[in-house]
This record gives sequence, structure tokens and C-alpha cells, in this order.
Amino acid sequence: MKKSANDQSASGPAPIQEAVKTVIDTLGISSESNLIGVLQEVQARCGYLPPEALEAISRRIKIPLSRIYGVVSFYAQFYTEPHGRHTIRCCRGTACYVRGGQRVIDAVKAELGVEEEQTTEDMMFTLQTVACLGACALGPLMVVDSTYHGNMDPRKALRVLQMYQEDSG
Amino acid sequence: MESEMTTDKIMTDEISLSIDGTEVTVPDGTTVFMAAQRVGIDIPHLCYDPALGLPPTGSCRLCVVEIEGQSGLVASCCHPAAPDMVVHTNTEEIRTTRRVVVQLLISDCPQECLICESCGECQLQKYAYELGVEQTALLKEPVRPEPIQDGPAIIYDHSKCILCGRCVEVCHNVEVTGAIDFLGRGFDTRISLPPGVPRDESGCTECGNCIDVCPTGALSFAGARRAGRVWELQRTVTICPYCGVGCQIVLHTRNNRVVKITGEPGLGVNQGRLCVKGRFGFDFIGHEERLTEPLIRRNGELTPVSWEEALDFAAQRLAELKSEFGPDAIGGLSSAKCTNEENYVMQKFMRAVVGTNNIDHCARLCHASTVAGLAKAFGSGAMTNSIDDLDQANAIFVIGSNTTECHPIIGAAIKRAAQRGVPLIVADPRAIELTEFATVYLQHKHGTDVALINGLIHVVLQDGLEDRDYIDRRTEGFEQLQAAVEQYTPEFVAKITAVPVADIIRAARIYANAPAASIVYSMGITQHITGTDNVLALANLAMLTGNVGKPGAGVNPLRGQNNVQGACDMGALPNVYSGYQKVDDDEVRAKFEAAWDVSLSPTPGLTVVEMMNAAAEGKLRALYVMGENPVLSDPDSSHVEEALRKLDLLIVQDIFLSETAQLADVVLPAAAFAEKEGTFTNTERRVQRVHKALEPPGEARLDWQIICDLARRMGYEMSYPDVAAIQDEIAAVTPIYGGITYDRLAEGALQWPCSDGDHPGTPIMHVEKFSRGLGKFHPVEFIPPQELPDDEYPFLLSTGRILQHFHTGTMSRRSDVLDELVSVGTIEIHPDDAEAVGIVDGQPVRVSSRRGQIEIGAHVTERVMPGTVFLAFHYREAPANRLTIAALDPIAKIPEFKVCAVSITKA
Repeated sequence: MKKSANDQSASGPAPIQEAVKTVIDTLGISSESNLIGVLQEVQARCGYLPPEALEAISRRIKIPLSRIYGVVSFYAQFYTEPHGRHTIRCCRGTACYVRGGQRVIDAVKAELGVEEEQTTEDMMFTLQTVACLGACALGPLMVVDSTYHGNMDPRKALRVLQMYQEDSG
Repeated sequence: MESEMTTDKIMTDEISLSIDGTEVTVPDGTTVFMAAQRVGIDIPHLCYDPALGLPPTGSCRLCVVEIEGQSGLVASCCHPAAPDMVVHTNTEEIRTTRRVVVQLLISDCPQECLICESCGECQLQKYAYELGVEQTALLKEPVRPEPIQDGPAIIYDHSKCILCGRCVEVCHNVEVTGAIDFLGRGFDTRISLPPGVPRDESGCTECGNCIDVCPTGALSFAGARRAGRVWELQRTVTICPYCGVGCQIVLHTRNNRVVKITGEPGLGVNQGRLCVKGRFGFDFIGHEERLTEPLIRRNGELTPVSWEEALDFAAQRLAELKSEFGPDAIGGLSSAKCTNEENYVMQKFMRAVVGTNNIDHCARLCHASTVAGLAKAFGSGAMTNSIDDLDQANAIFVIGSNTTECHPIIGAAIKRAAQRGVPLIVADPRAIELTEFATVYLQHKHGTDVALINGLIHVVLQDGLEDRDYIDRRTEGFEQLQAAVEQYTPEFVAKITAVPVADIIRAARIYANAPAASIVYSMGITQHITGTDNVLALANLAMLTGNVGKPGAGVNPLRGQNNVQGACDMGALPNVYSGYQKVDDDEVRAKFEAAWDVSLSPTPGLTVVEMMNAAAEGKLRALYVMGENPVLSDPDSSHVEEALRKLDLLIVQDIFLSETAQLADVVLPAAAFAEKEGTFTNTERRVQRVHKALEPPGEARLDWQIICDLARRMGYEMSYPDVAAIQDEIAAVTPIYGGITYDRLAEGALQWPCSDGDHPGTPIMHVEKFSRGLGKFHPVEFIPPQELPDDEYPFLLSTGRILQHFHTGTMSRRSDVLDELVSVGTIEIHPDDAEAVGIVDGQPVRVSSRRGQIEIGAHVTERVMPGTVFLAFHYREAPANRLTIAALDPIAKIPEFKVCAVSITKA
């Protein structure tokens, strides 16, 4: 099921604020810093871009918060809500589609009980679909974090998911 | 030979090109768009707003033109003109391209021009019409998100937004607020505050400049909905009635009411930009509480009477009291809200008809120390440079001015300078918005300005950064200054001010090393018992570094009221006639006696606070107040109220039954600024025309006509056919206004000194020499404020203004948008102190001083230093001036509004 940032904060905003503070402090952000690089780094360390982080970045880098949200909301790579431990990106491009890509997506959705851009309740997976991953020869394609899993079908895809679940378990 | 050289010069700086068959010569670097404008060709455009003065973004592609020899069409707004270029702006190919652009843009517009507020003004509608764009084939499924209203005034309708980005540009790069930006991508892209951030925490000040630049109906003013569209509204260009910046505003009126106010793009000192007060603070004009008939107190009640009766009574009582107690038992308060002409007539009335110099006004409470201090140092007590001059400053030193709240248009100019990289030094006990932009922030303790400035001077001298040549040629008294600042070492000053030594040194070096550095100051400097000394210290610093009399420099006091400069210029002061001509100068007095055909008093009169004291002592028997509200605006208001109650006669002429008018014996209903012709003089000495847009309500009359009627009843013939005739008299007796006539003002505003009909006005004063000849250094020593915290009253209270309200709130609190933005006053208190007092944000506290007490909600903020609290004086339900002390600067007689001691307890 979808998790919102509010649910996350219910489990205690203090740890996030602490984490944000630590990350921002260690990065040594100044008005000379490159905004997108900073956002990527903070997201890599915090898992997503919490509002506290964006506010802190805005103050340090001296770029208005509105503009930071503009950048964050423009790029698909940035998330302002907590993401699962693993990000699944399934291709819905033409090459994958004709080889049954949609069935893979449907199977993953059914298995995890989430829609696109949603995160599982156990915060394990976030599901995204993308227009092309640039490896059409391997289609249908599913990328988990940065690992490419090619020639997928519903059964194989579920096995891949299971693999990640066991690893974490 | 000479002509050849001239030609050469043109060849290097200017280029010629042909646009639609017309030859045009423009400076190198001009864009094709601007070159076309030069010859009257207005190329269609949506995303570019030349009046913003910002680089074009080139995103809408409507301004495409054909340049011979270049393939494809180019965006003229971004394309530089080149020599011998041949440009076509309106071929069939171009029109076809533009048609497609407009088609694409209107494809997701609801096209509800029938009911759209912007119908008739909408640029998209205009271009669709001009280009003959028919119902588009690109119409996508209609998406109609609900319009968003984040604050009391501004509505954003996403479906009408073409994402041109003008609003974002004005917010980030003109206002330097950065509250809104594009959010999302693709069809979802919209203009938005940061998601999840409430408007009042987003930095948005609701200035509404985004509305003015929006080319469609996407941004609009909630208050003007269904109130009339462009062709139904009458436009009147006039001057804003709030602060001293003197912004040009356009009143849009219908059925004798103001529907909305806008800026005039690119025009006026504000270049068409307005602040929240100027744009939305107008409901007071047509407010139901406006005074509409004269009142006389009968059996304790103010009762409506005819004008005849009210004027007869007032004139008769004034005459009686004059003959019984002498003219000096009568005082007058003139008004910084009224026009120059009205102020002139008022002081003339007091001097020529009543026969006293007891005439003063609220400048006593804001910049009396400026008038005194700068007159001593330079010979003229006004802003030395102009507002647009800040664009040329290489460094800016702001001290005691919360510019972004109190003079927002100048505040934005300072922020723009800082954004460009101009070093900004801000000295203020409170961490005001400008401190976020400061290169160096000096958080000095309240009332330690002289020490701080002397410290800066010490460092300049120690480092040898003073301008010796300037000092030798242009000034006197340098040796005395040098000796006086000897002891103000950074270490010594740091102890007094609590500013770190390194910051003092750094600030001094930034200021002194800049080729041209501007000092901007306001009430934080003037409202002290050492107000005049503070001003003199700043004058010392400026002269020491050669920073007076050149562009980008100067000593620039920002005046608080729309016409406080003019009221001073007109002689609404107890010691001078118009143009600062001294009443005790026999030659001057003889001139005025001849002009007014009456003999005049050679004795300077009483100042505002002295009048109140004299009234309390029974020496002043009558007071004639025009457009002022001393009960709320003057220090120690309990004392003021007591004094006013003792008077035998209190005449109040106002637009509302103010707290002062409620005590009056006679109340005379006056016209508001929008109902008047006349002139206001802004903070940079610019005399600007005020135009009438509305009829006064009921029987309310023009101030100058009321005064003239009173004068006639008292046996002095005072009558003018119109305000232009008053200005002619002002010009005749006032050398600095000598060349100012209504005919010339129709061509454009003039900055005094303007001595005769050929004088072009004076944007920068003291250029070749100071008004007094040589600039004079006045050594000044640090003196602590009169009343500092002690065990009984442990907090230091400072008072001032906030962005959304103005002075005693008579106007701003009767304006819906402003009242909705801030409806209740609060006192700023540091979190540490709040904890000690045992309160949290929003809880009420009792604030007490030796003079009175109030209850008000606490605003817990780190903006104030621990041990200090800040309170605005706008609130009648929690009047700050019940607490303040009437301790006066010995020279300027300005009260120390900025420092007194209070105690704070949980209410």
C-alpha cells in the first residue's frame, strides 16, 4: 500500500531531522554548491528528499525553496516521499511491450499490491514504470536499483523480487 | 576634423539596420525586439516584459522575426541587432508560425473570455484576435483545476496560465522574494508556492506584482472580481498615499469607488512595481466610516452640524482664545499625508492668521534629527541622492532601516543590488530580512549607533582609507573629528555595541574601499535622544570617504510618509518657513511679511512633544490638527490624551474619526488623497503630481479650502482659484521650489532644488559644493539611551512598523486585504525570554513600562536579541506608545521611540 510522508513522520520526525542535519553538515553545502549534485547526494543518503532537507539546502545554498521544489519536481529521479529500500523500474516502452512487458508490470503490481509510483507497506519496494531503459535487446526489462534483469516474464520477475526479499530478510 | 571624429564615435557605438523597410540606428548590443520598438513596431510577445528590465527568457517564440540571410525564424527578444541587418517582422510565414504558437497556447485555455476578468487586457486574446486564430484543432480534453487562492488577494487559475514565467521572473529577480516558481513537468506544470508551505511562511508578501505582469487572466485580484472590466473602469495616475518612496499608482475606479490599483509598467520611481500596501491598501478611501459631515461637541457628544456652523464656531473660538491668551497659546499640527499645497496653506494660516510659529507635524517623530543633522553637516536636510542611484552604488550600508518592510520598493532595489554581488552592510539590532542578503551583518545593541559609526571611522583612518583630497577641498573640521574618534578602537566599540571586532573592521573596509558607497538609514538612526548625533556620525563617515556629491553614494534618509518631505519643505515646522528659511532671520521674515501682507512672529514655535507638554501645563489652549493622530502616534500616549483633554479647543480635520478626533470639540471632514489635486514630494525630493479620481464622500471638503474658509472668517483674505495657484505662490517665496510649476510637472516630476524655470532639478545634491559651502565634520560622542532595562523593567522595548500596516492603522487597518494578512498585533520576543516568562508563541503577555501597560500576543522569534522586544505602533487595542518614553533629542526634539524599558509577564 501507498505510504505517505505523514505516516513516516508519525514514526518520529526527530530521527529524519537528525539524519538530514548530519547529511547536510557533512556535505558542507555553500552558495557555490551545485544544486542537482547536492540533491542527488542527499537523496542517496536519506533515501528521499524530506521537506526538512530541502529547507536546509535552501538556506545553505541560498536558492529559494520554490526553485528547489521546481527542480525536484521537474526531474523524475527525485522523490519527496520516502521510497522503498529497492526501486523497481519496469519498462513500458514499445520494444518491451511487444514482448509482454505489460504482463510483467501487472504481475509485479499484483504481487506487491501497489500501483505505479507507490511503495509497499513494508517499505521494501517502490514501483516505477519508465518509457525506455535503453537496453531494448534485453526486453522485457526490469531494473531493480541499478541491476538490469532482462528477458523477463511474470514468473521470472516474481523470482527476482523474491531474491531481494530473501537478501533483506 | 571634428566632424570626422564624431562620425567615428557613432560608428563604434551605434549600428544601423533595417526593420520592415525602416532604417533604425541603435546602440550596439540592442536586441532586434528593442530596435523595432524604437521605430514604433511592437513585435508580439508574451514571455518577455521589457518593463521588468530583466534579460529575456525567449521561451514563448511569439516574437519570431525573419532576418535576411539567416535560415529559419529567430526570437527577436534575444537576438542582438547587427549592422546592416535586414529584418522583417510581419511576413505571412511569420504570421503562420505565430498562429501555431497561439493555437498551442490556447489549446488548454478554457477560452471563457465572456466571463474572464482579464477580457480586454489579455495578451493571448489580443494576439488570437490579431492573428485570426480560429477554434483550435488541438483542443485537448478540458482540464479545469479549481483556481487557487493562497492569501487574501491573489487568485491563480492554472487553466489560464501559459507558463510564460513573467510572474516567476518578477518574484525572483525584481522583488527578490522567490516565493513562487514552476512546479511539476509536462501538462502538470504550474506556478506554485513550495508545496506544503503556507503562504505566510513562503516569503510571499502578497505584493501582487505577479498580477500586473501576467499577460492572461491566470493571476488576478480576488477583490476586483465581477467589479468591472478594463473598458468599464476609469484610470487615474497618481501617487501612493503610504510611505515616502512615492510610487506612481493607477487607480481604477467605477461608480466613485476604487476597484483596484495597479502599477504603470516601467513608469515612476517604482518602475510600475508596488508593495502590498500600495496595491491592496485602498478600501479606506470608500470606507463607510469616512467622515461625511462636520461635527461639534454638544453636551459631550459629537453632533452633526452644517459647514457654516462648524467653521463659524471654530473661527470664533480661535479668535477668542487668541485675544485672551495670545497667539502662542494656539498650536497647529499639519499633515505629512496632505499635499504640499495644503501644508503650505496650513503653516501660512498658523503664521499669518493666528500669528504663531507653533506649527509642526509628525516629521518631528521620524526625521527631525535628519533635518537638523544633515542641515548642520551639509546645509540641507534631505536625501542627497536618488532612489535609482542605488543601482550605481559599489557598496550599500543600511543602518536602522528595515527597508524591505518599511520602504519595500527601495528594499527590493537593495536586494537586487546584493543579488548582483554589490557588497551590503546591514547594521540593525533586529535580524531583519535584509540581513539574509548582507555581506556583513552588524547586530549592534540598541542606541549604540554613534559608537558603531565612530568605530567604522576609526578603522577607516587607521587603515588610511580616507579621501584626503576630498577632505581638504570640500570639508572643514576634520582635525576635531580625528581627535574625537581616537578612542573608538574596534575593541572599545565591540564592548559597547556587542559587534565582533572583525566585523567592524570588515564593514569599514568594504564601505571605504568602494568607489561609490551609499548609506541608507531611517528611524533606527533618528528616533533616539542622540538622533541628531547619529545622523552627524553618518555624515562624518560619508564625507570622510568622499561619498557625498557623486552618483551611487550619499547619505540617504528614507522618509516615512508619502509627503513628509513635502510637509517639511513647506515649512510645517516651528522654526522655518517653506524651503527651510528661518523664521528668526529678519530678511527672510521681511520677505514673507511682504508676500503675505501681515506682520509675523520672529520666535520659533513649539514642536509636537513640546505642544503636548504646554497643553498639559495649560499654556497651550487650542490645537488645530490636520490629518494626524497624536493619541496613537506620539510617545507616552496617556500623557498626550490627558494634554488634549485639557485644551479649551481641539479642532481635528481628518478623513476618519481617529482616536484624536474622538477627543475634539470640532471635527471637520476632509478629502482623501484620491479625491485631490496637488503634489507630494517623495523621499528623494521628487515633486510629483497627485490627481483626483473620486468625489469626496458626503460633505467632506478639500483641506486647503477648509483652511482658507477659516482664515477668511478670522479676517484674513486667503483664497486661491486652484492648487496650481498655491504652487505659484510657493514657487515665488521658496527658492528650492522656485522653478516648479504645474505646467512643468505635467511634463514630469522635478527634484528640488529647482531654482527657476530653466533649472532641470537636482537628482544628486552637493555635487560641486555643499549647500552650506564646505561640508562640516561634527565630532560626536556615544551617549547611552535615556531609559535602559533594570531589575524592575528588565526588557528593552523598540517600536516600529511592519510591512502590512502603516502608522496608527487609520488607513491600512480599514483595508480588507491588509487586515486579513495581519489582523492582530504581536510583540516579538526571543525564545529564551519567552521560556523565562513562561509563554509560548501566540500567548498573551502584559507589557508594562513606567508610563503604562498593554496586553498583546507574543510572537516568539529569533529576529530580536535576547532581552529585547519589538512592537509595532499600529494597534489601537494595544498602543505601543502607551509604553514609550517622551525623552527628547536636545536639538531635534525627536522622542526616543526606539528604546525604553519594559517588564513582561504572562497575561
